[in-house]
Amino acid sequence: MIAPWTTQILPPAVVLVSTLAAIVIFVAGEQRQRLRIWVNLAAAMLKLVLVVWIGLEVLAGEEFLFRFELLPGLELILHADALSILFASLSAVLWLVTTVYAIAYLEHSPNRARFFGFFSLCVSATMGIAMAGNLLTLFIFYELLTLTTWPLVVHNGTPEALAAGRSYLRYTLTGGVVLLTALAWLYGLAGNAVFTPGGFLAPLAGEHGAELRLIFILLIAGFGVKAGLVPLHGWLPKAMVAPAPVSALLHAVAVVKAGAFGIIRTVEDVYGLDLVAQLGMRLPLIAVACWTIIIGSLLALREHHLKRRLAYSTVSQVSYIVLGIAVGGLLATSGGMVHLVHQGLMKITLFFCAGIFGLLLGVSKIDQLDGLGRRMPWVSGAFTAAALGMIGLPPLVGFISKWYLASGALAAGMPLVLAVLITSALLNAAYFLPLIRRLWLNPPGTLAEAPIEIGRLPRLALMFSAVATAALVVVLGVLAAHPLSPLNWVVKIAQGYAP
Amino acid sequence: MKAYDTLMLALVFIPLGTALIAVMLPPTRRRWAVLLGGLAWPCVLVPLSLAIAREQTLTLVFGGWSPPLGIGWRLDALGLVVLWVHALVGIAALPGAWQRFEPEKPESGPFWSLWLILATGVNLATLAADLFNLYVALELTTLAAVALIATDDGIAALSAAMRYLLLAVLGSLMYVLGVGLVYAQTGSLAMHQPGVVELNNVALVLMLTGLMVKAAIFPLHVWLPHAYSNAPGPVAAIMSAVVGKVALVALWRIWFETAVDPPMLLANLLGLIGAGAIVYGAVAAYLQPRLKMVIAYSSISQFGFLLLLLPLACQQAFQGAGFHLLAHGLAKASMFLAAANIVTVLGSDSIRHLPGLDKRMPLEAFTLALAGITLIGLPPSGGFTGKWMLLSAAWEVQGWFWMVLIVLSGLMSAAYIFRILALTCFHPARRAVHHLHARPPKITSFAALLLALLAVVIGLYPHPVLDLLGSGVPGAGP
Amino acid sequence: MSSAIFVLVAAAIFGLGVHGLLVSAHIMRKLLALNLMLSALFLLLIVVPATIEGRPDPVPQALVLTGIVIAVSTTAFALALMVRLFRKQGHATIHPDIDPDLLGRRHDRHQPEADNEQAP
Repeated sequence: MIAPWTTQILPPAVVLVSTLAAIVIFVAGEQRQRLRIWVNLAAAMLKLVLVVWIGLEVLAGEEFLFRFELLPGLELILHADALSILFASLSAVLWLVTTVYAIAYLEHSPNRARFFGFFSLCVSATMGIAMAGNLLTLFIFYELLTLTTWPLVVHNGTPEALAAGRSYLRYTLTGGVVLLTALAWLYGLAGNAVFTPGGFLAPLAGEHGAELRLIFILLIAGFGVKAGLVPLHGWLPKAMVAPAPVSALLHAVAVVKAGAFGIIRTVEDVYGLDLVAQLGMRLPLIAVACWTIIIGSLLALREHHLKRRLAYSTVSQVSYIVLGIAVGGLLATSGGMVHLVHQGLMKITLFFCAGIFGLLLGVSKIDQLDGLGRRMPWVSGAFTAAALGMIGLPPLVGFISKWYLASGALAAGMPLVLAVLITSALLNAAYFLPLIRRLWLNPPGTLAEAPIEIGRLPRLALMFSAVATAALVVVLGVLAAHPLSPLNWVVKIAQGYAP
Repeated sequence: MKAYDTLMLALVFIPLGTALIAVMLPPTRRRWAVLLGGLAWPCVLVPLSLAIAREQTLTLVFGGWSPPLGIGWRLDALGLVVLWVHALVGIAALPGAWQRFEPEKPESGPFWSLWLILATGVNLATLAADLFNLYVALELTTLAAVALIATDDGIAALSAAMRYLLLAVLGSLMYVLGVGLVYAQTGSLAMHQPGVVELNNVALVLMLTGLMVKAAIFPLHVWLPHAYSNAPGPVAAIMSAVVGKVALVALWRIWFETAVDPPMLLANLLGLIGAGAIVYGAVAAYLQPRLKMVIAYSSISQFGFLLLLLPLACQQAFQGAGFHLLAHGLAKASMFLAAANIVTVLGSDSIRHLPGLDKRMPLEAFTLALAGITLIGLPPSGGFTGKWMLLSAAWEVQGWFWMVLIVLSGLMSAAYIFRILALTCFHPARRAVHHLHARPPKITSFAALLLALLAVVIGLYPHPVLDLLGSGVPGAGP
Repeated sequence: MSSAIFVLVAAAIFGLGVHGLLVSAHIMRKLLALNLMLSALFLLLIVVPATIEGRPDPVPQALVLTGIVIAVSTTAFALALMVRLFRKQGHATIHPDIDPDLLGRRHDRHQPEADNEQAP
């Protein structure tokens, strides 16, 4: 197989690749554009290679573990299990695509060194979250994610951006404080424990049941801020003032998925779903997920600003993940986890397209989408594919996740959840179909601003990004039965949790 | 043992000797005295650290006369940490001080003598083993600090120095009164052997109040903001890192090692005062229109943490507080050094002038950000380590109020830190700054950056310091 | 019995000193008040500790001597500082001992020069 020291060094290496890239970018300064482009792309590709390598080894049964003692009794642990690889590979792939997109999108923007530097650091933090082996490590990288995404949110320096940044900090730092409290409490009760499938807290349930319940609520709340659980979602629509690559990254990969990932780890690897049910927290969690799904969709319906509509859609969709985890059972868990990947792909496509519309045609509102299908067929096509996937049209990936979730809900004997899923699908259709209709069927309206001219290569790069992710939306859905598809990967993971 | 005696003597007599020499030498030769004074005594810390790691405390008695008539010195783990902070910050502040008060210039003589006398005083205060020697050392330190603030020579600085002097003397008065009562009661002035008779509460309160004035604990902090913000940058750095801290460390020692079983009510009261300091400092820092004032109020806030040791008395709390002392000293000093450079370039530290700083002075902006991370207590910085240990201690003693306070303090610090960072890096530069004053030498920027970096790095390798502190817990630890 | 009167006198002088320190605006008066307080303190230090075997206890005397030396040098230094301050600003008072900085603006108005030009 591979040398033992490699299993130690690879997890931190994956995290540090983009940190090194960030350092180079910061030191090189604003002027060295060529160097920056090369460093960005090279680092993204290297990271993808490393993740794939680890993934293949994990598939073959290899174990990866890196431990570093921070304080007596407190360890930083990085490992690579199947769930880590799921999140890490999503991040790595989408980082590569977003890098291409961002390079083209920010062609004429100032402060690119700062942007790409923090961009890379953000990915480092995400990788750290993905590969965290215990709650402490997850928390550390979670806070680092807050730190590294804030400069991206306020990047434009406008008063709205700064206000959005303040709001973002208020939400995420408060969430961080809640997490810290829960963490300290948990460490006091249970000591330094690593993520264990099925959880490690069951022995404490007898004596400390009430405390465990409280800690669970704190953990879910702390992670829920980033995951956008209602009513902790307030920062998300405001953060749409950030440049499109940031919205794409935040909503498809980094922040929201990190929150959801934290919830998955809490429910599966810290508590275990059985303990959660035993403590009476399963139904409340399902309830929270359900109402987030519904309320998110309702709020999306009211929005006329394109990116904000997509933001509320994210609020709604990420809770599918939480729902799947909470319902439990092989089918629902698979559905929830695979939606991590699928929703990421679909949402990033939508944001890419929204960004292109915004950059090239000044489109920011829904009603400005009229007739764009003719002007920009490829981009509109990508948008359509992703939107149809969100609605749940077979054979796109969105359908796969929803099917599994629905089947899982039935298998768990929860027809109400099924009703919520169906309602949500209808609501999705309600706020996405009009967009598709406007793109293709409405006559073109007059544009608010004159179109911006950008060079041919950047234009191709932008389109390539959007089309590539849209293609994945289609392909991964059609080929879902393939042994290496995300779906099958997820089923394997879920089998570990819910045999 | 003899070798260590010499080393301990060197801690005090090298800076004292070079202080005298510096004022006597002709200006052209002065720089050697300054370099010797500034760089020689830190070297002594390395063998001393090894000695402490082995033997936990070192003592020295002068002339064979036993206390209280004789003078005794004592160095333990906590003292060693303070000395290290002093040494590191002193070395880092040297380039900035050198640039502003060049030893070659005739008028710089007093500054360097004072600088070295301050160093003497701080070291002496760390080594003092009885209450009265502590008083002498603290007075020496105070006088030198006041004079150093006054070297700035502006009205604001002179005024601030005067206020500091008046309040500090008031504090000393209370302290000495307490000392007198202690002697009357117990017949001994030794700090590290709890008196045969229970330490009179009145005396204890007097001494503690006096020390709190010197350490600028809210609500006795009124001299600090003006003093720190109007002093020359390197002076502010040293003051924030060590001068307030020696008084606070003295407070700890008296509480844990001299007093016998002080009442828990008093401990909680002092803890509450610390909580008040944390909150007040953070709120005030958020409202300030000048960068150096923000940093000064931040110091008031962070000093509050060190008072939390009293109600949380246990080994983890001691390690946490000691570590916090180290991390905060480094971070705060780096912020003052960076702010000094900012004033050099922009001519003022008003926050109106901060936008666009990340382009013009990226090193300073980065230093502020790094130091801010430690102050907020974000992992994996030194600030986080200190906070975590205090949190564990709070959990151990079931002090929920303290846990909540410590956790919330991070949020409060984040408020004023992010305000500065947003202004510095993300606000568009609203107007071109018309006067570009002198450029400070690069080494000063790097010195500040290194301190901030160190504050973060010790969070990654806290073991040496934590083990050192863990072995030397004063009296009340389990 | 006799030491009680010394303690009372010392307390009275100390009280006078505290009053002077807090009420006076002029620095010279504040310094005088401080010196009063110091004198009262030294009186207390001599009187309160017990005597050892009928002979005067040398330790408090040593303490007071040191204290006097420190008081003298501090006062001398304070006077020099006061003179310098007087030369710079034309009067020898400092702002009253309340903290104006919480309100930010008030401080700026009193010391406008601190905002514009400042040595590092």
